[in-house]
Order: sequence, then structure tokens, then C-alpha cells
Amino acid sequence: MLQLVGSENPERREWLGVLSRAPLETLARWHAAASPPPWRWLRRPETGLAMVRGRAGGTGEQFNLGEMTLTRCALRLESGESGVAYIQGRSHRKAELAAVADALLQSRESQRVMEMLVVPLREFLKEQATAMQRKAQATRVEFFTLAREAAE
Amino acid sequence: MTAIDLAAVLPGFDDPAYGSQAAFRAALQALSRPGTLVESERAAYSLCLALLDQDTRLWLSPSAQAFGASLRFHTGCLLVRGAAEADFIFAGNAKELPQLESLGLGTDEAPHRSATVILEVEELAAGGSWRLAGPGIPDEARLRVPALGTAFLEQWRANQRRFPRGVDLFVCSGARVCGLPRTTRIEAA
Repeated sequence: MLQLVGSENPERREWLGVLSRAPLETLARWHAAASPPPWRWLRRPETGLAMVRGRAGGTGEQFNLGEMTLTRCALRLESGESGVAYIQGRSHRKAELAAVADALLQSRESQRVMEMLVVPLREFLKEQATAMQRKAQATRVEFFTLAREAAE
Repeated sequence: MTAIDLAAVLPGFDDPAYGSQAAFRAALQALSRPGTLVESERAAYSLCLALLDQDTRLWLSPSAQAFGASLRFHTGCLLVRGAAEADFIFAGNAKELPQLESLGLGTDEAPHRSATVILEVEELAAGGSWRLAGPGIPDEARLRVPALGTAFLEQWRANQRRFPRGVDLFVCSGARVCGLPRTTRIEAA
């Protein structure tokens, strides 16, 4: 597995995570409004599979959960900053826009991109997660078993 | 494992499929017609991009270190410290070319496991003092590589005597590449 310099930076990890889950429309709207500088490809978008691994209960043995479709790309802005994107799905456009955002977040434009794109996206993703939790919560079924009663 | 600094990564092929096919074609052409100069953009670098993958080990000479990050990033190849354990040798100039006999020479059963050397030189021209003969050369070919002297020719003769074992060489200069497979005989006129 390749490791990139800067990937250990926790802030960058966080925004890369946010960008990877962003809807294409949001990224496209930001891109149109922000008109970022020209850039050139280091690696054009390419789609492949990544194995998602998990641990039962978060503590058990590692197992292969399944494969997911992933698109990645890397580019460099004229000003020198490089951006990468690893996004779920096959949208090359989305990977491109996410990589541009990543590069800009490392530049002097960082503050502006943070406010225009990442903060609203973070909110959006949080709402989405809460909505999903609420929906799941509504259909929750309590099983009162002997074992559980005994444990309480 | 060392992390890759993206700032040091050079762009790969503009079009990965066509780019690597063109570079591979150039390599094929160069090795099947030793002594002819084949055009290939950024010859040494694009040969590396086309030929390397996750299963190949690459050794970089000190002056070629700058390509390390790019080649790791684009091809996923492994960089090794010792030239002897490498499948591919990338030498940035002729002075840094390791002794040929110290490289992977393959075995009599698997001669194709030997190392391939990619050498960048300042000057490479047809019609020089080297007389090339062997498979793929109708009569003789003339070549001029000022950076490689008599010491190299001595090593090259030894490389030939080991046939079927031995290394193959790509001599690159800017956008031109010339192939010298282990079957090619070189005489300095």
C-alpha cells in the first residue's frame, strides 16, 4: 500500500473523508462559484476495487467485508500544490473536483474553501447521518430474551 | 516503508493506455533492431513507466533518485538498495552504471529473469565508431555513445560470453532510445 506524505495530517484526513462522501452536485456548485486556478493531471481518474475489511464488534478478528468501487486521481495546481481524491463510485468528475478541493485546501485559499465547501458539507453529512439513525431507530425492535434479562 | 511526497511526483502518461503502448512499442522496436534510434518521448522515464509494475524491483543510481517518487507512485514498483537484487536498473549517467556482472544475470533455465538496464546518456547518435552485429542487424550498424568507453566494451563482451544469461541494455538520450540486447556484438573500430 502506498503512503503519501501529508496523509498522516489529521485535518487533511478529515477533509478528505468529507470530500469523498460529498454529493457531486455540491462539489460542482462550489467549483462553478469558486473558479479554481488551472491544474494538470498527475494521474487521471481511474476506477477500481478496494477491499473493505472489518472486525466483528470492532474487536474481533479482521475479515473481508466486501469490495467497493473506488475512483482515484491526483493532480497539481499551477501554484504547485498537489491534491488527491479517493471517492466511492465511478464518477470521474467527482474525483476531479474533490482533488481540486484537496489541493486548494493546502494552499493559501484554504480558509475560503473550508468555509465555502467543507463546513457546509460536514453539516450536510451530519444531518444525513442523523436522519438515517432516526429512521433506523424508529423501526427498532426490542427483544426481551432470558439472556438479556439475566444480564441486566 | 517510506511515504511518497506528491510534490516530487512528475506527471505520468497523458493517456495511460496509449502512452504505455507507445513506449512498449518503442522498446520492442529498439530491441529487435539493435543500433537503430527509436523516437520515444522522455525515453528513459516512459520506458520505466511502461515496463515497471508492482512485481518489479527497481534500482536507481544517485542521479536518478529524483524519479523514485514518480515511479513508485505511477507504477507501484519496489525500490531496492542493492543493484544486484533489482529487475530494472535506471542509471542517470554512464559513470553510475554498475558493473554488468554484478547485476542479476538470470540462470540457464530462466535467462529471462535477468536485469534490464536503462541508461541515460548525454549523447547518442547513429554512425559512430561502434560496429554492431548480431541478430536483428542486416550487415552492421554504427553507433556513437561517447559516454561508454573501452571498459564498458570489455564488460559487454563478458556479458555476451554468458549467453543465454546476461543483461539487456536500453541507452536513452532525451527522446531517443537504442536497444542493445545481450546478443548484440559490439566492436570499436
